[in-house]
This record gives sequence, C-alpha cells and structure tokens, in this order.
Amino acid sequence: MIALMSDRLVIQSVTKFFGSAQNPVRAVDDLSLTVKENEFFTLLGPSGCGKTTLLRLVAGLESCDSGCILLDGADIAPLPANKRPVNTVFQSYALFPHMTVAENIGFGMRMQGKDPADIEKAANEVLDLMRMQGFGARYPSELSGGQQQRVALARALVNRPKILLLDESLSALDYKLRKEMQIELKRLQRETEITFIFVTHDQEEALSMSDRIAVMERGRIGQLGTPQEIYHRPVSRYVADFIGICNFVSAGSLGLAEDVHIGFRPEDATLLVRDGQKPETDGPVLGGRLHALSYHGAVTYYQVTLDSGETVTVADHEKLPVNVDDRVRVAVLPDMLIRCAP
Amino acid sequence: MRLSSGTKLLLPFLAVMTVFFMAPMCIALAYSFMQANPLGGVKPAFSLAGYLRFFYSPDLDGNMHWDMRYLQIIYSSTKMAVLATFICVLIGFPMAWFMATRPAQQRDFWMILVTIPFWTNLLIRTYAWILILRGNGIVNTGLEKAGLIDAPLDLLYTPFAVGLGLVYSYLPFMILPIYSSLERMDWRLVEAAQDLYATRLRILWHVVLPAAMPGLIGGVILVFIPTVGSFLAADLLGGGKQMMLGNLIENQFGMGRNWPFGAAISAILITFVMIGLILIARRGQGLKGVVG
Repeated sequence: MIALMSDRLVIQSVTKFFGSAQNPVRAVDDLSLTVKENEFFTLLGPSGCGKTTLLRLVAGLESCDSGCILLDGADIAPLPANKRPVNTVFQSYALFPHMTVAENIGFGMRMQGKDPADIEKAANEVLDLMRMQGFGARYPSELSGGQQQRVALARALVNRPKILLLDESLSALDYKLRKEMQIELKRLQRETEITFIFVTHDQEEALSMSDRIAVMERGRIGQLGTPQEIYHRPVSRYVADFIGICNFVSAGSLGLAEDVHIGFRPEDATLLVRDGQKPETDGPVLGGRLHALSYHGAVTYYQVTLDSGETVTVADHEKLPVNVDDRVRVAVLPDMLIRCAP
Repeated sequence: MRLSSGTKLLLPFLAVMTVFFMAPMCIALAYSFMQANPLGGVKPAFSLAGYLRFFYSPDLDGNMHWDMRYLQIIYSSTKMAVLATFICVLIGFPMAWFMATRPAQQRDFWMILVTIPFWTNLLIRTYAWILILRGNGIVNTGLEKAGLIDAPLDLLYTPFAVGLGLVYSYLPFMILPIYSSLERMDWRLVEAAQDLYATRLRILWHVVLPAAMPGLIGGVILVFIPTVGSFLAADLLGGGKQMMLGNLIENQFGMGRNWPFGAAISAILITFVMIGLILIARRGQGLKGVVG
C-alpha cells in the first residue's frame, strides 16, 4: 500500500495481543485502515472491541506485536510515545493536579524545550480558542468537569499535533454538556485543521460528528464508511444492530426468496392503524398486533408483534389513534430494506 | 457545660492523647524547671539551672561562661540525622518505587519483607551489626577471604557505623510512607506526561516526585525525628566515642543524675524539631493539590 499525500495515518496489518502466553487475546487483530488529512475519524464499538487499544497503539502507549503504523509515510511503530507528534485527550483527562491550568497546557511545549515566552503566548491563544480566558492560574481541582475537559483538550491541541487522539473524551460529561462539547469539538477540528481520531461507544455521537466511522468488532473492522453508509447500508447484522435500532425479519415473512438477513429502521416503516388504509408505497405490508408504545417527545415508538411471531419497532412523529392489543399493519419502504449476509 | 455529640465522641481520643502524649511532655517540661536531686529525681523547687547549664559552664571561681560544647552536640547530631535521612531517601525511594510497581498480588509480600525487622527488638538488631562490622566479623572475614584486604578494616566504632546503624534502623519508616503515596499515584498521569513528550527522567521529576511528595515529607519527618534523638546506634556502634543528643539526654537521667538538665535538653530538642516541622509545613502549603 502506498501512502498518498492526503493519507495522514496508515495502519497496516497491526496485531496486538494481551493476556498470558498460554491464553493470548487478540485485542487488535490484523487490522488495516487509513485516516486522511484533516479528517474527523471515529472508532466506534462496544467496550472490549479493541478501539481504545488501537488508539493507544497510535499514541505509542502500547507497542504493536506486528504490523506498522505510518504517519505521513514514516513508520512510527518503533518510536516511544514521547517521540510521536500525536497527542491524546484521555478519558479521565489526566490533568496534573499539582500544576495550574497554564502549566498543564504548557507542559508539552516545555518538554520540547520551547521558549517560555512562546509557551505563554500559545497557552493564552489556546485558552482563547477554548473560551477559557482567565483560567490559567487555577488548579484542576478548582474546575468543573466540563472545564477540565477543555483544559485536557487545550493541553493536547497547543502542541499542534499531526493527529489528535480522543479516548472516550466526552463520556464522563452529562448529557447537555456532552451535546455542547460535540459541537465544540467539530468547530475546533474545522478551525485547527488537525486530524482527529475519536474513540467512542456512543453511536449517536459517532454519527453526528464523524467524517468517517470504523465500526470495530472483536479487534477487527466490521465496517468502515461515512455515517450515512454505516447507517443506511450496514454490511452485517452486527453493524446494523450496533448503530441505532434495526428490525430484522426473516426474508420469508417479507415474501422474498433470498437467503439474507432483511432489516429496516423504525423510521423507514409506517404503521397502518385503520382497516383498509392504503400504504403510500408499494413495499411489503406485515400484519400484527400492537404490543407496546413509548412516547419520546419528537417521536413515538410502536412495538408490534407480527403474525410471524417476530417483534419490530416502528417510529412515527405523530401520536396515532391506536391502543395496545389493536390489530395494526406495518408498511415497509421498499428502498430502505437492509440486506446483510446471514 | 453541655457538650455536642461530636465533642463527646472525641473525648476518648482526647483522653488517650492526654495520657500518652501530653502528660509525659508536660512532666518533662515541668522537671526542666526544677532543681536536681543528686540521688536521682528532682527537688520540687523552681530553677533555671538545667537551661543555664546547656549554654553556660562555671569556671573555678563560680563565674558562668558561654559554653559551645552542648550546642556542638546538637550540631553534630543534626548533621548525622540529616545525613541518615538523606541516605534513607536515596535508598527508600527506589525501593518504594520497586514495590509500588510490582503486580498487586506481589506487593504484600514485599511489605512483609520490609516490616520483618520490626518483629524483633532494635537493641538485638543493633548488636547484630556489631557482629557484622567488628574486626573478625562477617564483612572483614569475607573481604580477607576474597583477598581484597590484608588487615581488618576499622568499621565498628566509627561515624560510618553509627550512620549505617541509623539508616538500617529507620529505613522502613522512609519506605512505607513513600510506598503508600506511590501506590495511590494515578498512573494515567505518567502516560499523559509520556504523551506530552516527557522523557523518563522528566516524568520522574515533574509527575512522580510531586505525587510521592506527601509520603516523602512523612518519611523525612518519621526518620529525622527519631534519628536526631537516638542513642542506641551511637552507644553500641559508635562505641560512645561520638556523643549524640540522645546519649546526652540518656546520661542525665542515668549516670549523670541530673534530671532537670536532661529534661531541659529534651525541651530544647522538641522546640528545635517543632521549628523544623513548621518550616516543612509552610513549604508543604506551596505544594497545592498534592498535599491538600
């Protein structure tokens, strides 16, 4: 594989074992991927899928058992963490408790032997960028979780790394703050033009922020693509199940003769509640009984037990005139069927 | 007087503190202002003789003259204690680091090894060093057998032996507090420093050392205070050639039969240690977020 100009990071057949020699576990299993320059790239997966290990391999906090990691065409796999031009925002923030915010932010530049005046200037600039002016003299223990998060980001960004690695960086924040920081992170990535690699188990976060997503499954890549591709064209049941809600029904109950898993998203189907009501499209219509419904404000989820015994979920923006145990029909949009290998 | 329930709960603690810590100190302080009884003990009459004797000595005509000898003992004891404490840090820190970096299930084993010396009496352990250091002891015999020396080295009854004895006796008091600080250290901070271009040495200096500082300060206090007032090592391994403050105090209560003088020296030692502790505490306040 030749690294193109726009390829910032090329990971080639990287494998990492954990555990004892008798019982090795492949945390990362012969994995290859390419991250482009100025890309917001997300590693998504459940805990234990190897996404954090992969990030730590890029940071140099773990060493590869095989394979190579090319940064701008040069193999950085043999380099220790302190020699790699990448910086990490840790899940726990890992701010130095005995240093002020300004000292924390200046630490990386200080270790590189930069001029103290330059360090101060850069620290002030990055505090501005973070909208944290005037916090330089505080200690981390005097900051809220969201502010500590910003300092951790500032401490990494100030070094102008070739890649910024974010390890579940938002998961410790509460819901509202997390939404704010998602927007903030996108803004920072646009303004700094730094390549971001973001690790998360939150599929919503991944969909809303990423240019591309790699869904990881047991140390390998389940699927790599844009959020739209991952959401609408998942290649496996694993990916479809992990991203959002996906209904799977047997091909037979849709009147199809293919030997595949057929799925559809809750919003890609409509609930027909009146007898004789005509579906707007000519896709498959499945009969069943309403099992449960849950109101979520903008959307209401209807759980339907089909005549075939399978349960599917349908989403509608309106509160339909229907009660639990009523007979209903589910009309599926034919274009939106997801076909996965069994 | 009505006491709040919180104060009542504190009473047993205060009682223990009074009986075991305050009362002996107050008795010693009171004795230091009394007259000596040549048969031992004190005469219950006020006198500053104990303190005067520390700084002045009478000549044949009974005139008092400024006398530096006891101050010199303070100076040499302090020097010995500082040196011993410093060496304890040099040895204790790497040992604590070693212990704290073992897998969790192995740490208890190392803890027990460090505390084994406490299972037996300090006096016996100090005697053991005589056997090791003396002319026909293990060290000299070993070196002679190896052909490295022709005649036995003078190891016993030297300042070296005293220092060795002090370091040996008090090293665990340095290791354990540093270990407890290092064991609680957030190792993710080390990774963060690594990620931020710090070399190993700089990680040690900028991250590990500040994290170990509470334990280090605790260790320094726990080692320095007993060494500055110790008398066993100087007695047994120094051969009484080198007077330390502890020996001086011990003598006044024993053969010297001058309890007020001994008590006065103790009071002076306590004052002096207290000033040191206050200085350390002031310095500690500068280490915000670490000690706090």
